[in-house]
Amino acid sequence: MKFNGYDTKGYYDELIDGSGRPRPGAMLLIDRIEGLPPGDLARRQQAAEAALMNMGITFAVYGDERGAEKIWPFDLIPRIVEPEDWRRIHAGLRQRIRALNLFIDDVYHDQKIVNDGVVPRDLVESAGAFRRQCMGLSPPGGIWCHVTGTDLVRDDDGTIYVLEDNMRCPSGVSYVLENRQLLKRTFPRVFEASGVLPVVDYPDRLLATLHHVSPVRGEAATAVVLTPGSFNSAYYEHSYLAQQMGIELVEARDLVVSDGYVKMRTTKGLARVDVIYRRIDDDFLDPLAFRADSMLGVPGLFEVYRAGRVALANAPGTGVADDKVIYAYVPKMIRYYLGEDAILPNVPTYLCWQEADRQHVLDRLDKLVVKAANESGGYGMLVGPHATQAERETFAAKIIASPRNYIAQPVVNLSRVPIMAGDHFEGRHVDLRPYILFGEDIFVMPGGLTRVALRKGSLVVNSSQGGGSKDTWVVDAAGASSPSWSVQGM
Amino acid sequence: MLSRVADSIYWMCRYIERAENIARFIDVNLHLLLDVPIAEAHQWAPLVSVTGDDADFKARYDAPTQVNVVKFLTFDRQNPNSIYSSLWSARENARSVREVISSEMWEQINRSYLMLRDADATDRVAQDPAGFLSHFKKSCHLFAGTMEATMTHGEAWHFGRMGKLIERAEKTSRILDVKYFMLLPRVDYVGSPYDGLQWTALLRSASAFEMYRKKHRTITPEDVAAFLILDCDFPRSMHYCVIKANESLHEITGTPMGEFTNRAEQRLGRLVGELDYSEISEIIAGGLHQYLDSFQARLNDIGAAIHESFFGFGSPVPAP
Repeated sequence: MKFNGYDTKGYYDELIDGSGRPRPGAMLLIDRIEGLPPGDLARRQQAAEAALMNMGITFAVYGDERGAEKIWPFDLIPRIVEPEDWRRIHAGLRQRIRALNLFIDDVYHDQKIVNDGVVPRDLVESAGAFRRQCMGLSPPGGIWCHVTGTDLVRDDDGTIYVLEDNMRCPSGVSYVLENRQLLKRTFPRVFEASGVLPVVDYPDRLLATLHHVSPVRGEAATAVVLTPGSFNSAYYEHSYLAQQMGIELVEARDLVVSDGYVKMRTTKGLARVDVIYRRIDDDFLDPLAFRADSMLGVPGLFEVYRAGRVALANAPGTGVADDKVIYAYVPKMIRYYLGEDAILPNVPTYLCWQEADRQHVLDRLDKLVVKAANESGGYGMLVGPHATQAERETFAAKIIASPRNYIAQPVVNLSRVPIMAGDHFEGRHVDLRPYILFGEDIFVMPGGLTRVALRKGSLVVNSSQGGGSKDTWVVDAAGASSPSWSVQGM
Repeated sequence: MLSRVADSIYWMCRYIERAENIARFIDVNLHLLLDVPIAEAHQWAPLVSVTGDDADFKARYDAPTQVNVVKFLTFDRQNPNSIYSSLWSARENARSVREVISSEMWEQINRSYLMLRDADATDRVAQDPAGFLSHFKKSCHLFAGTMEATMTHGEAWHFGRMGKLIERAEKTSRILDVKYFMLLPRVDYVGSPYDGLQWTALLRSASAFEMYRKKHRTITPEDVAAFLILDCDFPRSMHYCVIKANESLHEITGTPMGEFTNRAEQRLGRLVGELDYSEISEIIAGGLHQYLDSFQARLNDIGAAIHESFFGFGSPVPAP
């Protein structure tokens, strides 16, 4: 299969430049792909899909309790990140996470940023994930957001923006690790020659992050992954991470509070737990502290946490910072806490609680993307240009009824990457979610999850709406695998 | 290790063993049918009894024909002991302990399941049941070998092995119970080639024919029963299974052999001791059926004791 005739018009393509030439980091790959015998790439794609099926990296199709399971669609052609782009992303994310963490800590202590009038008080306190129970809390090391998955997008002019900060339980990192395994098998020589930065050490770094905040130091610390259970759509990831880290995967029913500590029920009695990497929402952590009506959770866990006898990653209350209204203030936070300008810009955002913005949004609903402040996964969203008049009217009514809960942004013409479409290549829109760990230092995984909208023309990359994934290669300018930026500034 | 995890590994292995046994029973019966002119109903009804699901079968099927019984035992999703249901349960258990077992084990169990699911969708079994069953049995053996070679032989592994062996002891006792009385010499068969074939088939149902031959030259009902109940070295004999299950139990608890610290150790140890000092002539004189029946009841009791000693996560915990 060849790339002649591949159309990049109107969009920024991550692999091929405007004149049809491969970008520097993609040259080896494009060369290799064009040199493959006919049909070979499709066979490799099928082999990769069969491997995913056999490894059981699937999700159950809703409504079919026995049987139908699908793999999350995966396209073999990797997305490549050029060295200068990565340098910017790496620095920008470290800066952003540092500021966001200071913001969360401030919100639950002195609220200086509110008192100084930078972020309005009622916006903070009305954020869906603001937890009054966390006032005065000081988590170990002052770290709240141990694991973040920030969504980045690139517009047609080439600018990389931050679209969302996912600071609660961002998922998808297991796909990054599995996709990489598959790609290494598929393009071993190109992979080696391109100097792709490794992602394989992520589980080790995650474990080090967890140990860093443990009330018990060193090897004696017991960390666990807390999952809602095997029915959860991200269960595969929970189990995979626990396995890779060599720690227990627990459900709430395995945990109990006894003698002032959190303990797990084992075949030899109760055993103490020091750090919980929890993949469940704040609301379901502890019915005594958060939702009395919840049957889920571990009664008494929050008290143990407050007493510093167990660490939680991420900390409860962290979600206040990924409210989509608060998001608009992140560049101001960076200036306020760090005295710096944001390296990675936000997508311009209209805040419907401000009257001028609201009027502007209502007048231009057919040109904007409207998002609910507390939804994720592509839900609670209106893509104006693609919506019907009736849908726009429904959203207009919602905005007027509850302006605090809506923001609007211009449509970003997401950059594209080629996918195999039968016998030729076509561009599809992508985003990028790097994972950031905050422990002893801030670590940004080189690369991350590239989600791709497999439907032609679609801008929605969420897995629930026809999205798939690709491996992401951050290539080293030196062409060798020197880990220069992965350790930079650490 | 977590009680829930121990529970899941124990059942994962029990279900795999169950599925493999059922596949073998069906396979042997299919082969036997080619050699012995016997009424279809007489040949297939006992197989339903082996899994102990006669009532369920009668409620949902007409006659115990080959087609009906094979369907009931392979892909019937309403039958909790069918091959499909067993493997589905094994896989769900495996999924919930994926981080504890090796990736190779998970991948193998998943492949077996996908093969079964695809076979069901394509009707391959109706075309070539024997081919399918032998393929399926191999995939179960592959799982056992993968578990042996890729998982640390620690606590989790011993829970799995204990589950597998208890299930196997139970299935051997059932196949012997069901077949033995059918096969006792009948006037018209004695000395005929059919007689030998039937006994051979029983041994094959337990994968025991060749190993039996190495120990006993001739096939007599008493020797067959002795081999399947009391042999200490054949890995599907009831005696062997409980000896090894008991070893695993003591590896888990660390209690010295010959002593006990919980009800599971007490009951299982006592059963092993009795088998150690049993003779086949006594067992037959006391009634083989009664003996096997009581053996199964005691295995159930041991299963309950294991649950109580290790998995009971409803156990009371001091208030916070």
